[in-house]
Amino acid sequence: MAELPARLAALTQARIGLGRAGQALDTAATLAFDLAHARARDAVHAGFDVSALQAAFDVIEVRSAAPDRATYLQRPDLGRQLPAAEAARLRPTGADTAIVVGDGLSATAVARHAVPLVRALLPILGGRLAPVVVAHQARVALGDAIGAALAVDIVVMLIGERPGLSAPDSLGAYITWQPRPGRQDSERNCVSNIRPPHGLDHDSAAARIAWLVHQARARRLTGVALKDESAARPRLG
Amino acid sequence: MPYTHDLGGTRHRFADLRMVMAMASPHRSGDVLAGVAATSAEQRVAARLVLADLPLATFLADLVIPYEADEVTRLIIDSHDAAAFAAIAHLTVGGFRDWLLSDAADGATLAALAPGLTPEMVAAVTKIMRNQDLIAVARKIRVVTRFRGTIGLPGRLSVRLQPNHPTDDPAGIAAAILDGLLLGAGDAVIGINPAGDSVAAAHTLLLLLDELREAYAIPTQSCVLTHVTNTLQLIEAGAPVDLCFQSIGGTEATNRGFGIDLALLAEAQAATLALGRGTLGQDVMYFETGQGSALSAGAHHGVDQQTLEARAQAVARAFRPLLVNSVVGFIGPEYLYDGKQILRAALEDHCCGKLLGLPMGLDICYTNHAEADQNDMDGILTLAGVAGVNFIMGVPGADDIMLNYQSTSFHDALYLRDVLGLRPAPEFEAWLLSSGITDAGGRLSATPARLALPALLDG
Repeated sequence: MAELPARLAALTQARIGLGRAGQALDTAATLAFDLAHARARDAVHAGFDVSALQAAFDVIEVRSAAPDRATYLQRPDLGRQLPAAEAARLRPTGADTAIVVGDGLSATAVARHAVPLVRALLPILGGRLAPVVVAHQARVALGDAIGAALAVDIVVMLIGERPGLSAPDSLGAYITWQPRPGRQDSERNCVSNIRPPHGLDHDSAAARIAWLVHQARARRLTGVALKDESAARPRLG
Repeated sequence: MPYTHDLGGTRHRFADLRMVMAMASPHRSGDVLAGVAATSAEQRVAARLVLADLPLATFLADLVIPYEADEVTRLIIDSHDAAAFAAIAHLTVGGFRDWLLSDAADGATLAALAPGLTPEMVAAVTKIMRNQDLIAVARKIRVVTRFRGTIGLPGRLSVRLQPNHPTDDPAGIAAAILDGLLLGAGDAVIGINPAGDSVAAAHTLLLLLDELREAYAIPTQSCVLTHVTNTLQLIEAGAPVDLCFQSIGGTEATNRGFGIDLALLAEAQAATLALGRGTLGQDVMYFETGQGSALSAGAHHGVDQQTLEARAQAVARAFRPLLVNSVVGFIGPEYLYDGKQILRAALEDHCCGKLLGLPMGLDICYTNHAEADQNDMDGILTLAGVAGVNFIMGVPGADDIMLNYQSTSFHDALYLRDVLGLRPAPEFEAWLLSSGITDAGGRLSATPARLALPALLDG
C-alpha cells in the first residue's frame, strides 16, 4: 500500500495516516474513534449536576419548556421558552446584570468550566448582579426570557456548546443587552470555545466577557454592531 | 383547496395540497417542528391515499408556493417541458409509482422524462415509495457529467476529497489531501470548506489546490466551497477557479437567507464557464442542499422539508452542475432525529435528484447530538451505493475537524467500491494505476508507493 510519511500527521489534528485492515480501518483507529464519539455522546446526554454551582453560589434554578432531553433535542423552540410558573421564581431585585448557567448541548462542559468561570467573572463584571440562575434544558435564547423576568439590562448566558468529536466540553458565553423574548442571534456577542487546556482558559474568557459587558453598558447595545476581536461566532443552539 | 379521505367512518380532511404532501411524509422531526406532520399513523396513510389518487397534472395547477410570490416556483413552471411530460400526463401519483417500478421505465426513458417532471411531482411519488423503491428506481438512472474527468458512469463511484482544517492551514490541508489521494479519493473533486470567509485565504487555498493538481497531473477538479460572491471576486482576481460552489434552498426566501438569487447564480456560472478550464467538459457548478434549510431560515411557507428539498434540486438543475449533494445529516436532530430518519432522507434526496436529472452525490453524515452512529452510516452508505450514488465524501477518519461532524471516510469509500465492485472515474483510475497507488486489479498496491512531496511539505 501507499504510505503517508509519518511526520505529516503532525501537521493536522485530522485523522490521517490511519492503519488499514483490508479496506477498513484497523482495530486501534476504529476504537479510538468510538471512544471520541462515546465522550461526545455522553456530553450531550449527561445529567446536569447543579450541586457544585449550588455549593459555590447563591443560585435560583429554572427549567425551560422542554421536559426531557429527547424533546429538547427535537424542539429547540421549547428550549427557548420559560414557562410562567418558572418565570414566577424570578423577580426584579434592582440588579442590572444577570449570569445564567444553562446545560445546553453539553452538561459536561458546564460541569468542568462553569464554577471557575463564574468565580472569575464575579469580581470584574461590575454593575449590580442578580443571583446566578441555573437553567435546565436551555437554549441560548432562554436567557432572554430569564433576563426579562429579572428586569436586568444585560444577560450573560454560559452554556454547553454542541460537542465535537475532539471537543466534548466546550462552553460558550453569550452576552445580550436588554434581553427579552424575540431577540435575534445577531443581537448578541459570543465568546466561544472556553475549554482549557485546549481552548480558551477561564481567566482569559472572563476578561473577554467582562470587556464586552462593559462595552455593552457604555454603548447600550450588543450584537454585530459591537465588534470584538475574539474568534468567529459559532452556530447558536 | 381541501382534500378528504374516508376510512372506516373517519373522514380525514387536509386543508390544502401542502398539508396532503406534508402529512404523507414518513415521520421526521423537522416536519413536527414546523407543525405540518401527521398527528396519527392513520392520518399519514390517509394522506398517502389522497396523494396516490391525485393526477400528476395537479401539481402544475395547484402550486404549493404561489407563482407570484416566489422565483423558484416561477423557474419550475416556466421551465417545465410539456412535451416530455406528455408521456405520463395521464397518470396519477400512484400510477406513476407503479410505472417507475416497471420495466417500461428504463434509464433512457427516465432521462428523457426528467425535464417534464417538477420537484413537487417527484416529492409526491417518493412519499408513497418504500426505501427499496427509492433504491430500485434511482438505480436505473445514470447522470454523467464531465470537467477533467467523467463522473457518474455505470459501475463507478467517485469521492470528494474533503481535507478541511479549523484554521485553513495550507500544510495541514495538503497533508490531508495526500492522505486521501493515497487512499484512492479525489475523483469527484478536491473540495475545501474554508473556516473563514476571507477571499484572500480562499485564494491561497485555490493556488495550493491547483499547484498540487498540476504537480501530480491529477485528472480531477478542485474547489473552495466559499460563497458565490467570493468566487466571483476570486475569478476577477485571476484565481484558478475550476468549480463554482453554492449552498441553495427550495424557496426564494431561503436563497435570500443564503445571500443569493437565481440571477446571481447565472452570473457566477457564466463567469466560471468563461475561464474554460475543463478539458473533457464544462459542467462547472457544485451545489449542496439539505432538508430543513428552509425551516431553519424561517422561509418554508408551510411546506414539508422533503418537498422543499426537491425544489432546491430544481434550482440546481437550471445550472448544469457537475456535482450536487444533499448534506443529509448535518443540520441536526431537530430536522432529522435519528439514523432511521437520516437514511430515509438520504434515499429520498438521491432518488428525487436522479429523477430530476441531477448528478447526485450524498454527504452521509451526522452530528453528535443526533441519535446516530457509525453503524447507521454504514447502512446508509451501502444502500446509497446500491442505489447508484455518483459520489460520496472522503473525510480523514470520518472526522471533520473544522465542521465538527462525522461524514464518510476514505476507508468507507474503499469498502463501498470493494463490496459492490465499483471503480473510480476512468481517468482518475488510470492515474491511480500510473502513480503506483493502485495495482492492475484496482486495489491499493501491496508495495509502498510514494508521491514526491510538494515543496510545502518537503523538508
